[in-house]
Amino acid sequence: MLEIKNLKAYIDTSDGVVKAVDGVSFSIKPGETIGIVGESGSGKSVLAHSIMQLNPKPPTFYPEGEILFNGKNLLQLKEKELRKIRGNEIAMIYQDPMSSLNPVFKIGDQLMEAILTHHSMPKSKARQRAIELLTDVGISDAEKRFNSYPHQFSGGMRQRVLIAIALACNPKILIADEPTTALDVTIQAQILELMKSIQEKYGTAIIIISHDLGVVAQMAEKVLVMYSGRIVEKGNVEDIFYHTSMPYTWSLLRSLPRIDSESRTRLLNIEGQPPNLIHPPSGCNFHPRCPFATDQCKTVDPQLSKRSADHSAACILSEEEFNEAKKRIEKGEQERRMEHV
Amino acid sequence: MLRRKRNLIPFLFLILLLLATITAEWWLPVSPSFMDSNQRLMAPSSKYWFGTDHFGRDLFGQTIIAARVSLLVGFTVALLSTILGTITGLIAGYYKKLDAIIMRIIDGMLAFPSLLLALALVAALGGSITNIIIALTFSFWPVMTRVVRSSVLQVKNIQYVEAAKTSGVKDPVILTKYILPNVLSPIIVQGTFIFARSILAEAALSFLGVGVEPSIPTWGNMLQESQIYITMAPWFSIFPGIFIVATVLSLNILGDGLRDAFDPYSQGKKKRKKQPFKQKKQYAS
Repeated sequence: MLEIKNLKAYIDTSDGVVKAVDGVSFSIKPGETIGIVGESGSGKSVLAHSIMQLNPKPPTFYPEGEILFNGKNLLQLKEKELRKIRGNEIAMIYQDPMSSLNPVFKIGDQLMEAILTHHSMPKSKARQRAIELLTDVGISDAEKRFNSYPHQFSGGMRQRVLIAIALACNPKILIADEPTTALDVTIQAQILELMKSIQEKYGTAIIIISHDLGVVAQMAEKVLVMYSGRIVEKGNVEDIFYHTSMPYTWSLLRSLPRIDSESRTRLLNIEGQPPNLIHPPSGCNFHPRCPFATDQCKTVDPQLSKRSADHSAACILSEEEFNEAKKRIEKGEQERRMEHV
Repeated sequence: MLRRKRNLIPFLFLILLLLATITAEWWLPVSPSFMDSNQRLMAPSSKYWFGTDHFGRDLFGQTIIAARVSLLVGFTVALLSTILGTITGLIAGYYKKLDAIIMRIIDGMLAFPSLLLALALVAALGGSITNIIIALTFSFWPVMTRVVRSSVLQVKNIQYVEAAKTSGVKDPVILTKYILPNVLSPIIVQGTFIFARSILAEAALSFLGVGVEPSIPTWGNMLQESQIYITMAPWFSIFPGIFIVATVLSLNILGDGLRDAFDPYSQGKKKRKKQPFKQKKQYAS
């Protein structure tokens, strides 16, 4: 349904061209959930905005690539045609529910606006649909809440309203850009649960963007790991979490606190900083921070290569070499820890 | 906002002045245009509260009638420059490409002192109420454009505007429904200030002799005529002067009041009734 081919989104700044998205390809089928993970500045949001064609142009430009949505290349559509797709076929939910609603209009009016933008129908019918949607996203007493203003709602409820707005036109794809980052953990779980049930009911495909691996593990079937504007590993949740074969993903996973960890050790972090996207490092972008890096990594730029049917990673190490190196590092760490004790 | 005493007095003053000047013909004891040639330049008395001018006309009536022009000019200029300034400000703030063009024109206009610009325009167009309104609007709306533009720049980066774009809302709707209502408060406040400034500017223009034709009583015209008599009949200049000051001051105080009322951060300064601290009852065990 949506297919992205070798997409490049560069941003022209006074210091040089930032390669925010640098050759990303993936596709999504109806009803599927894809998770995109990566640290801040890895190009996740620029990628999402490219799909909506909402990156300000200029400074953003697309030197290469295609975003095919049902056969149409979104990069070549005119603003008017794009507007028909935005909200109607592809909708988006934002990170911060506190600032994503217009403070001066009632919740219900904003929902009706979303419905009436794409469908002409009598107001009474739109109102009915709006109340239905509010009920669908779990707002009790929707009839009454229809006339509330955003400031009368809590963060979780606002996120529900935003989901309702996103669903207003029954979109085929829902892009959720860090939908739970601004919410506390219990509300996070509720919102994720809600998104899942909505997906079952409406058959919407979801692209969930997050730096929270837990959220992605819970929601997604497929995962894309992004680093410095590229996909460095992609595969099913199983593959990514249990058959990790890219040092960056492995480091990310290791930097999570684990409830089942046997010793009270310090949280591991990834040394260094995300690369400068104007002058990316030579060879593999990750090599300055990679614990596995060899001299070869400074010159060879690895492309995504298959590890199994659906699983591919961008690293010069093969799976066996990687596993061996992994063991070596873990062993070394353990020894160091023992010395400390 | 009117709950505060500080704002109530200027508000009442303006309302009273407006009502008085509209209904002046019905209640003034002496017609303001009646010339009592025996009573020229008389000091304030029980018959002529503010005294009389060099033609023996009642200065009280004149001062009240003169408020018509001042308020009319002030209000119209405020309204027109608000409309013009809001439209240009919204466009300049929202569309980056037009921003450069509009703002350079505005900067050019702001380079002239506003009164000087108005003076030159009135001198070129000729003095009449319409021309004064045109000239003052022309010199005051660039300020409004700046204010609106800067607020739009802030608001347009808030996520709900982007969220509206993502749901396919058209630009005109975004501008009128998402941005305009959220920048309304600085617009209203700035509008009040333009009101006050244009009353002052109109008086200044008339005083300089390029304003409204001398046959129409305005505060500026009165001051202009009274110049020569200032040592003989100081009340001739004092009373119109007091009215100009009072009106402008009232409008400025109201403007400040509006700003406080719209500014969420100044709400905390409101006097709250202090709740007496209740001590929890302690139960002895």
